Amino acid sequence: MLDINNLSASIENKKILKNFNLKIKPGEIHAIMGPNGSGKSTLANVLSGRKGYEIDGKISYEGEDLLKIPIEERAQKGVFLAFQYPIEIPGVNTNNFLKTSLNAIRKFKGLKELDSLDFLKLVKEKSKNLKIEEKILSRQLNVGFSGGEKKKNEILQMTILEPKLVILDETDSGLDIDALRIVSEGVNSLRNEKRSFLIITHYQRLLDYIKPDFVHVLVNGKIVKTGCSDLAQELEKDGYEGVTAAR
Amino acid sequence: MKQQELEKAKEYKYGFTTDVESIRAPKGLNEDVIKFISNIKKEPKWMLEWRLKAYKRLKNLKEPNWQKPKYPKINYQDLYYYSAPKSASDKPKSLSEVDPKLIETYKKLGIPLQEQKKLSGIAVDAVFDSVSVATTFKDELTKKGIIFCPISEAIRNHPDLVKKYLGSVIPITDHYFATLNSAVFTDGSFVYIPEGVRCPMELSTYFRINASETGQFERTLIIADKGSYVSYLEGCTAPMRDENQLHAANVELVALDDAEIKYSTVQNWYPGDKDGKGGIYNFVTKRGACRGKNSKISWTQVETGSAITWKYPSCILQGDNSVGEFYSIAITNNHQKADTGTKMIHLGKNTKSKIISKGISAGFADNTYRGLVRIGSKASNARNYTQCDSLLMGNKCGAHTIPYIENKNSSANIEHEATTSKISEEQLFYCNQRGLNQEEAVSLIVNGFCKEVLQQLPMEFAVEAQKLVGISLEGSVG
Repeated sequence: MLDINNLSASIENKKILKNFNLKIKPGEIHAIMGPNGSGKSTLANVLSGRKGYEIDGKISYEGEDLLKIPIEERAQKGVFLAFQYPIEIPGVNTNNFLKTSLNAIRKFKGLKELDSLDFLKLVKEKSKNLKIEEKILSRQLNVGFSGGEKKKNEILQMTILEPKLVILDETDSGLDIDALRIVSEGVNSLRNEKRSFLIITHYQRLLDYIKPDFVHVLVNGKIVKTGCSDLAQELEKDGYEGVTAAR
Repeated sequence: MKQQELEKAKEYKYGFTTDVESIRAPKGLNEDVIKFISNIKKEPKWMLEWRLKAYKRLKNLKEPNWQKPKYPKINYQDLYYYSAPKSASDKPKSLSEVDPKLIETYKKLGIPLQEQKKLSGIAVDAVFDSVSVATTFKDELTKKGIIFCPISEAIRNHPDLVKKYLGSVIPITDHYFATLNSAVFTDGSFVYIPEGVRCPMELSTYFRINASETGQFERTLIIADKGSYVSYLEGCTAPMRDENQLHAANVELVALDDAEIKYSTVQNWYPGDKDGKGGIYNFVTKRGACRGKNSKISWTQVETGSAITWKYPSCILQGDNSVGEFYSIAITNNHQKADTGTKMIHLGKNTKSKIISKGISAGFADNTYRGLVRIGSKASNARNYTQCDSLLMGNKCGAHTIPYIENKNSSANIEHEATTSKISEEQLFYCNQRGLNQEEAVSLIVNGFCKEVLQQLPMEFAVEAQKLVGISLEGSVG
């Protein structure tokens, strides 16, 4: 699904990712952990296409050169980024945003666009499953949302857009236990043999709920250690220094 | 069509010209031309005298020049003041008599005039250059006592109403363009809603400039008698031409006791090309008088067209407890300029006004909000709330907010809020990441920014206006 080869990324002449390599197969869940400033968010940004980075190396997504695909087309082709800090857009109704987004993606896939009634039915069902209060959907997009509401809204978008490759950028940070459970249930409910996840996190906590196939430790823009889900527990116990020193 | 023309048509889809034989007044501005207009409209003598009085006054007036957008000197002697399709010179009595070419023109503009296809729930008066060519739903309205007709017809058929109210809100001595209009106005709509009647449908006038080298000077007069209600909408388009064309309209509204007038404008005159060549000079005087107690006038404008927009739809709040509202979206792209806002003149007790202005600038455009809130000495407990938001796209455009506040009563309560913001890269990225392309993203964000104003538009037009907001800004984010 995703093949990252010798990827380097710099911003304002500062090299953040250095010869980064990662392969993700369909159905796999990969967790990337690492200390602050190790390049986790840069990875999410480069994959989703945010501007401002100088990029070297190759990323192949379903056999295509991902770096050559415009941002919106990446999204239409199934790349979804759950934002670390979801953006506020005043005056834009959350439901309307979600419907516009879903229909843009459906149009790309050659599917019929959903009318308001069908869309509301869908959103009602999905938000009920995620225990998201419907009233936030009629509010302006992310405006005045609590941290938890913003993150839950990202997960709701994910479940409605049904992407192929989901990147969660520190979705767990700032969440209480209940919200964390909702987020994890959202992810787990979407888990299948075709869909892949790249979970970026600081803490092992989220991985108690979502069991990854692989855990990678990212330090200074490079993966220094890869293991199975046990590695996350080791990290929690010994810290990044402990784990990387033992290498 | 050639490639270039195709591209142009994409920019402004209303830019076509209708090839009709027209009758014109001789070029230039003089008494003979005014007599020509009055004569061809079969006006009574008092009307001609009124026009000539305005013309006499005009000779002593100078064009105002305090506005921000400057323009090259207009040669008023080099304009045609009357142009009408020959087929419409005798006003057709029914739609079946209207020149099919004109019906086709309005069809292309999305305004079907044929009875069987007419817009549901909206009565339309179609003004083509200097004449009204058709008015729909007339019979149904007549049953309720509502008068909705071209003003030229009202002058002949309802002289008492016209005499009483014409110029009562915008006096013929007002200022250069208003006085010019009073001298040479050609057509426009007249509306009278009788006491206690709630107009059952939207009334709408669609203005179309077609002829070249022609100024359009329309005049609209709306009177809402005691306890009545009317919602009125105007739309405007013009062909694409390299010359600048002058549009100097006067609109007067009068609301008597407990009456309400809601006036909405979707202005989409040709804005000129990407380099600022051509386009309409939209120098319009719009003023409403809340003459009766508990009356209300609400202006909503969506200004996306014109090379220069220069207008201040205003409310004179004479009646106690009267309410004035102004909701505005002014979008300027490429080299367009706008200097627009409102005046709220509080004279009566407990009068209230609300101003919501959204200015959007892109490209090399310049957008000014200019507004006056004046509280008279007798206007106890007057209230005003003003909110001016500007949105900038790119770094070559400008936004300015110039609020004037004059208060002569210590019990007044005046609030003013203003913000200036940019569409952030973050917002665009977020939308892109959800599958929206750049143009869809801009349209979504800007529509969000304008939401409070768009909500004020009649349902039928809100969707159109939303699309227009998106189209007007196409190509503005690189």
